[in-house]
Amino acid sequence: MDVLSGLFSFLYQTGDAFAFLVLSACGLAVIFGMMGIINLAHGEFILCGAYVTTSAVQMGLPLPIAILAGALVAGLVGMLLERTIIRHLYSRPLDSIVVTWGISMIATQGTLILLGSTMPGTGTPFGSFTVGDYGYSVYRLVLMLAAVATLAVLWLIFTRTRFGILARATIQVPHIAEALGVNTSLIYSLTFGLGAALAGLCGGLYAPTMTLVPTMGAAFVVEAFVTVVVGGADIFLGTAPAAAILAVVKAGLTSWQGQLAGQIGLLVAVIVVIRILPRGLTGFILRERA
Amino acid sequence: MALRNSPIAALRLLEGPQTLGKGPGFWGGFTTIVALACLYPLFADGYDVGNNVYFFNWTFMALGLSLIWGYGGALSFGQTAFFGVAGYAYGVLTINLGDAYGLTFVSLIAAVGLSALFAGVLGYFLFFGRISGVFLGIVTLSVTLVLERFMSQTAGPEWAIGSARLNGFNGMGGMPSLTIPWPGGDIVLFPDVALYYLTLAMLVVVYLALRILVNSRFGNVLVAIRENPQRAEMLGYDIRRYQLGAFVIGSGLAGLSGVLYTAWGNYITPSSMGMSAAALPVVWVAVGGRSDLTTTLFGTLLVLAGFQYLTIYGSQYALVVMGVLLVVTILAAPSGIFITVGSLFSKGLRRRLKRESV
Repeated sequence: MDVLSGLFSFLYQTGDAFAFLVLSACGLAVIFGMMGIINLAHGEFILCGAYVTTSAVQMGLPLPIAILAGALVAGLVGMLLERTIIRHLYSRPLDSIVVTWGISMIATQGTLILLGSTMPGTGTPFGSFTVGDYGYSVYRLVLMLAAVATLAVLWLIFTRTRFGILARATIQVPHIAEALGVNTSLIYSLTFGLGAALAGLCGGLYAPTMTLVPTMGAAFVVEAFVTVVVGGADIFLGTAPAAAILAVVKAGLTSWQGQLAGQIGLLVAVIVVIRILPRGLTGFILRERA
Repeated sequence: MALRNSPIAALRLLEGPQTLGKGPGFWGGFTTIVALACLYPLFADGYDVGNNVYFFNWTFMALGLSLIWGYGGALSFGQTAFFGVAGYAYGVLTINLGDAYGLTFVSLIAAVGLSALFAGVLGYFLFFGRISGVFLGIVTLSVTLVLERFMSQTAGPEWAIGSARLNGFNGMGGMPSLTIPWPGGDIVLFPDVALYYLTLAMLVVVYLALRILVNSRFGNVLVAIRENPQRAEMLGYDIRRYQLGAFVIGSGLAGLSGVLYTAWGNYITPSSMGMSAAALPVVWVAVGGRSDLTTTLFGTLLVLAGFQYLTIYGSQYALVVMGVLLVVTILAAPSGIFITVGSLFSKGLRRRLKRESV
C-alpha cells in the first residue's frame, strides 16, 4: 500500500508538472514555431488572463466561462499588439523580441499602478481527496486534463481547419502562400492572437491556485522558456515531449530536494541538452541534427 | 612590422573602423569631457559627488553588453546574473577576509574573475552548442531569473558562507567598502570624492581598452560574425571562440559593475538579478546605440539620469517610461538616438545608418 501511494504521489506530481509546463509553454511555442519570435511579454499575457478570469468570477460568472473570457481578452490584446507594434518588425526578428520586453515592462508596472499590488483571489474549487497519507487537490487533476485537451485542440486546429492549413503553408514558404492568395498578414495576426490566448488560458486556469500579483507572470516564464528551448520549433514533436521529459526531471527533483531544486535542475538540464541537441527535440526527431 | 605588438601600435587602434570618433576634434572633446569630470568635485558637495558614482557603476555593465550584443550580435539578456554573482562574491569574500592589507581589492579581482568564470562555463554550453540568437537571450534570461529566486530563499541561518549571511530576499549588507592600504591609516573609499576619482579612472581605462579591443583583429572578426556568421566561418574563423571571448569579457565587466555597486552601497539584493533589473541594461544600451561604445556610454548615463529623475518625482511611472522608451527606440531609431539624430547632420552617419538598417 505504501509503495502504491508513493507511486501515485510521484505520478500526480509528474502530471502536475507536465500540465504546468504544457500550459505555460504552448502559447510561447505557437508564436515561436510560426514566427521565430520569442514573446518576452508572454508572462504578461498570462497575467492578463488570470486577472480577467478572477474579475469575471467575482462578477458572478461560472469559472469555466470566466477562464474562456480570460483567454479571449488576452488573445484580443495580443492581436492588437501585433497589428500596432510587432508587425513592423518582422524583418528584424531580434529587435521584435526586445520590443516585446518593452511591452512586458509597461504591462507589469502599468498593472501595478492601475490595479494595485495585489488582487483578492477566488480560492481553489473542488476540494481534495486522499490517497494513502496525503491529500491531493481535485483541481490539479482538472488542470492535467486541460493540458491534454489543449494539445488535442491545437492538433485539430493545425491539421483539420482551414486556418491551420493556411498557417502551416505560411510558415513553410510565406511568399508562395501569399502568391496563392493567402492573406499572410492576417494569418500572422491570428497566430499571434492564438499564442496570446493560450497564455491567457494558462493564466485563467492557474488563477484560482495562485496569489494574484502584477509580477506573477515571472513564475511561469522560466518554465515556458525552458520547455520551448528543449522542444524546438514544433509544438507537437517538440513542446509536448519536452514537457513530458522535463516534468519527470522536475517532479523527481522537487520530491527529492524541494521546489527550487526542481527549477534549478530544469535549467541545468536544459543547458546541457542544448549542447547536445541544438535544435531541440524537434530537430532530433526530424533527424536534422546539425 | 617590428612595432606590431608594441604599446604604441596598440594606441593606434584607439581609433578605427569599429568606433565612432577620430582625429583631433574627437580627442579634444574627449579630453575636455574627462577634464570637466575631474573638475566636477571641486564645485560640488562631497555627498552629491559620492551619489553620482552610482551612475558610473552601471556603465561597465552597459559597455560589456555593447561588446556582446552591439559588436558580437549575441543577445544576452542575463547580464545581471554576472552582476549579482560578482556582487555576492565580493560581499562573501570581504566579510570573511576583512578590509585590511588591500584585501578588498583582492576580493574585487576574485569576484570579477568568478563572474567571468561563470560566464565561461555558461558560454561554453551556449556558443559551442551553437545556440541561435533567440535562444541565447532566453537561456541567459532564465539563468538570471533562477539565480534571483535561489538567492531570495536563502533567508535562514543555514545559508551562510563563513561568517557571511546571505539573508534571502532582504539582501546582504555589512560588507566593507573598497579600502586602500596606506601607511598611517587605511583610506576607506566611502561614496565620496576619492571613490569618484577611482571609478572615473577605471571607466576611462575600460573605455579606452575596449576601443583598442574592438578595433583590433579580435573586434573586426567579431563584427564580421555579427554581420554574417556563415561568411565568417567560411573564411576560416572559429566563430564560437570569438563569441565566447566577447561574452566572457562583457560578463566580467558586468561583474565589475556588480562589485562596484556592492562596495558603493555596502548592499546587494536578489532583485538586482530580477526581471526588471535585467531589462534596464538592455534599455540603456539600445537607446544610446548598441553598436558603438561611445554612444552606449552616453546613452547609459543619459537614461540613468532620466530614470533617477523619474524615480524621485513619480516613482511608479519610471519603469513604464523605460518600457515606452525601449519600444519607441526600437521602432523609430533602431541604431539608437545618437546615431539617428546625428545622421541629420553628418553624411558619414547617414551612410552608417543605411548600412545598419539593411
